[in-house]
Amino acid sequence: MVSAVFHSPADAIAPASTSKPIAGPAATPAPAASRKAPPRQPINLARFWMRVLPPLAGFGLLVLVWELIAMRSGGGFPAPYETWLQAVKVFSDPFYSNGPNDQGVGWNVLSSLQRVALGFGLAALVGIPAGFAIGRFEFLARMFNPLISLLRPVSPLAWLPIGLLVFKGANPAAIWTIFICSIWPMIINTAVGVQRVPSDYMNVAKVLNLSEWKILTKILFPAVLPYMLTGVRLAVGTAWLVIVAAEMLTGGVGIGFWVWDEWNNLNVANIIIAIFVIGIVGLILEFALIKIATAFTFEEVKS
Amino acid sequence: MNATLDFQNRKFIDIQNVEQTFKTAKGPFQALRDINLTVAKGEFVALIGHSGCGKSTLLNLIAGLTMPTQGTLLCANKEIGGPGPERAVVFQNHSLLPWLTCYENIYLGVERVFAPTESKAQLKARTEAALALVGLTPATQKRPGEISGGMKQRVGIARALAMEPKVLLMDEPFGALDALTRARLQDELLAIVQKTQSTVVMVTHDVDEAVLLSDKIVMMTNGPSATIGEVLSVELPRPRNRVELAEDAAYVHYRKAVIDFLYTRQGHVEKAA
Repeated sequence: MVSAVFHSPADAIAPASTSKPIAGPAATPAPAASRKAPPRQPINLARFWMRVLPPLAGFGLLVLVWELIAMRSGGGFPAPYETWLQAVKVFSDPFYSNGPNDQGVGWNVLSSLQRVALGFGLAALVGIPAGFAIGRFEFLARMFNPLISLLRPVSPLAWLPIGLLVFKGANPAAIWTIFICSIWPMIINTAVGVQRVPSDYMNVAKVLNLSEWKILTKILFPAVLPYMLTGVRLAVGTAWLVIVAAEMLTGGVGIGFWVWDEWNNLNVANIIIAIFVIGIVGLILEFALIKIATAFTFEEVKS
Repeated sequence: MNATLDFQNRKFIDIQNVEQTFKTAKGPFQALRDINLTVAKGEFVALIGHSGCGKSTLLNLIAGLTMPTQGTLLCANKEIGGPGPERAVVFQNHSLLPWLTCYENIYLGVERVFAPTESKAQLKARTEAALALVGLTPATQKRPGEISGGMKQRVGIARALAMEPKVLLMDEPFGALDALTRARLQDELLAIVQKTQSTVVMVTHDVDEAVLLSDKIVMMTNGPSATIGEVLSVELPRPRNRVELAEDAAYVHYRKAVIDFLYTRQGHVEKAA
């Protein structure tokens, strides 16, 4: 995944072929795709180009802008190729460890993911049952809605000092911040899902006179699952956004801390690499959760 | 026969002076008034009327899904205080749970009614028998999304019948189906009811369906404040055959009576609306 992104500029030099790139000279990565295109009927080929060319042109534009900025900054800002070489170096040994402040990018990503998993897992453990309760009982909904409306817009980082004060440690404080920022989407989406369970299903439950447990497991849970998974997806997205910022403040091992550390070392190439890594990990998390959500979403059956 | 038992059976469902008023944003809305109706045990009753005449409202009252604002509803001499499996409902849109297979959908009801007294094997046998009754044994492990609309409705009927309800309540069960499927399911329902001797209350807006299936057709006036306009006893011998009945003088007479009520006497209100 990582190499795929960095590939395009380097590959661009190799096969210069037929197609004319749209975004100027630096958009040459486009022909790189030609090696994947076997000879087909012309119509298919046109559709193929339509799918491949625009994204490549987009990346080409990014590289072009990046190159221009690097040229004008006079050495302070690393050029794409320079960064690529540095990335190859960084990823050749992602799991080295020279003490707590100098570890490979793999360790940094893993410890960030671990914090996210912990904070997010705790949030799911509390948030999803809370969402069910709030959705099912109007009293609880009226009781908690004002609190949620008040606390939800608070920037996650504002919770960090509270975490530091209560837990007396950087790591638990970071986890606490993840917890508090990822709990809201899960509570809200689960509650909305419970309130939107089709009344037909609830009528079935009433006519069959099902027990509250059967209603929960056979009707509410499956009906709410798609909503819940949307909440989970939003929560993971937020958690991954927040962890970088939280780690910058708390230190330790983690991708956010790595960014800050490299800034202190004035190693801008590594910061750019970190930005790509954060983006790609976020993309993978999002993609995995969308896959899970579609697997568990049932077709709304209407005769 | 014992006189009191006979009396009970004739008034198996007993609806007395029922009125139903809904609170809406525009103020109270009276849907039903002065409803008096009895249904005998084993009787097949059709509720017919124009849209908005409150026939589904009345069915929901018998099901216990809603409570009347006035009057009482009795079933087997007990007041209807809420929904329960002894009054099974076949919903218009079948209302199968899409994440359960046909088998599991039916088993859910069977389990609730018979689990306290019967073994797992017996519950399984009941579920399979219900599927066989509606001819859906091959679809046992299919989910509702994988079968046709007619098949879904049959599963809905099987789910209701499998609970061995005292009363089968059907809310336009075939309304969403095409004419051919509807006719086939009506014939199946006739055969099933013949076999099980169920008491059935069915909401419909299809005149032929009402005459073909029912012992009694309850014709309702137009809403708001709808009430029972006329009750027609259909004394056609059973088993009934739709092809033979098509030219039967009595059938044509009953059909004409219902159409006359719906379009001549109750039709003008809808035109005015």
